[in-house]
Amino acid sequence: MAVGLLGRKIGMTQVYREGGQLVPVTVIEAGPCTVLQVRTAERDGYEAVQIGFDDLLSDKDKERPADQRNRNRASRSERGHVVALASKRQKARQEAGVESSPRPGCEPKRFVREFRTGDDGGKCQVGQELTVELFADVAHVDVVGTSKGRGTAGVMKRHNFHGQKASHGVKRVHRHAGSIGMSADPARVIKGTRMSGRYGNSQVTVRHLEVVRVDVASNTLLVHGAIPGPNGGYVLIRKTNKLG
Amino acid sequence: MPNLIDLAEQSSLRENELKFTVGDTVDVHTRILEGDKQRIQIFTGVVIAMKGSGVRETFTVRRIVAGEGVERTFPLHSPKVADVKIKRHGRVRRAKLYYLRDRIGKATRLRERRAKKGEIETHG
Repeated sequence: MAVGLLGRKIGMTQVYREGGQLVPVTVIEAGPCTVLQVRTAERDGYEAVQIGFDDLLSDKDKERPADQRNRNRASRSERGHVVALASKRQKARQEAGVESSPRPGCEPKRFVREFRTGDDGGKCQVGQELTVELFADVAHVDVVGTSKGRGTAGVMKRHNFHGQKASHGVKRVHRHAGSIGMSADPARVIKGTRMSGRYGNSQVTVRHLEVVRVDVASNTLLVHGAIPGPNGGYVLIRKTNKLG
Repeated sequence: MPNLIDLAEQSSLRENELKFTVGDTVDVHTRILEGDKQRIQIFTGVVIAMKGSGVRETFTVRRIVAGEGVERTFPLHSPKVADVKIKRHGRVRRAKLYYLRDRIGKATRLRERRAKKGEIETHG
C-alpha cells in the first residue's frame, strides 16, 4: 500500500465543475507531512512509514524563528522522537557503538500515524516532506477520521430505530425501543442487543470519495461529499482501496 | 493563515459581476444544452428576492405566464446563467417582494425609478 497523508478538516462548501454542475465538497488541509520514521521488516518486523502533521507548538512559538522556540508544549520524549537529544543513555549507547536511528530534525508533531507500505519499501526517506501533490493523479480517496461525539444517545439517534407512535395509547415512551427480547425462555437479554449508550467519537472511514481538486500552493484537497468529524478535526487520507 | 474555504470558493465565483437588485425587471440569459448544441434561453420577470452570500447566493425571478405566476430561482454564480440584463429599475422599499404573490393584474406593477450613480442604464 502506498503512503497517504494526514490533514485537517476545514469545512464544507460547494464549487462549480467545468460543465457548470454544482458539487458539495469538503475542504481538507492536507499536509505538508514529514516522514518521522521508516519501519523495516528486519528491524521492526513490518514495513511502514511513520508521518507527522501539524507542529506541536504554542501560537507564540509558531511566530518565533526556529532557534528561539521554547517547545514547551511537547514532552521530552516527543522532542527526542524528531531530533537527537543529548542524554546519558544516548552517550552510553554511542560509546557501546550502537548506531542511533535517523531523526527528521523537524518540529514535534501533533498528529502521527503510520502507513503500512508492503515490500516495496515505501521509497521514503526520514525527514522527507510529503505534500498534497501525492494525490495529483488520484481519482478517489478514502478518509479516516473520528466522528463527532454525541455522548449518551437514545436508540433512535444511535441505531436509527423508529421509536413508537405519537398517540394510540403510547405514554411517555415515544422515543423508546420496543421489546428487547423474549420471556422465560431464554430469560436473559441476548448479547449485542442494540440499546442506548455512548455514540460517536469513534473511528469512521469513508471510502471512495472523488477528488474534486488538488491545490498544491495552499495544501488543500477538495473531496466530493462529507467526511467524519468536526471542522478542525484530524483526518487520514489515502488512495482508495476500493476496486472499481 | 488564509481562509481555505474562501480560497476554494474563489474559482467558482462569477468573473463579471452582475449589477441588479430586488425590484428590477430583468432578462435572465441561461445556457441550455440540447443534445450537444448550446443555446441561450431568456427568462424575463421581476427580481423578488436575493438570498445567501458568496458562492451560495441566489436570486428569484417572478413572472406571469398564461395567468399563472411562475418563479425561478437561479444561483447567482452559476456558469449556466450567462447574463442578466436589466430592463427596468423598480422603486421598492423591501428586500423581499413576496407580497407580489398575493397581487394580480395591475396591482403587481412597481413604480420605476431612475438609475442611481454607477448603475447600468436600462435597455428595455
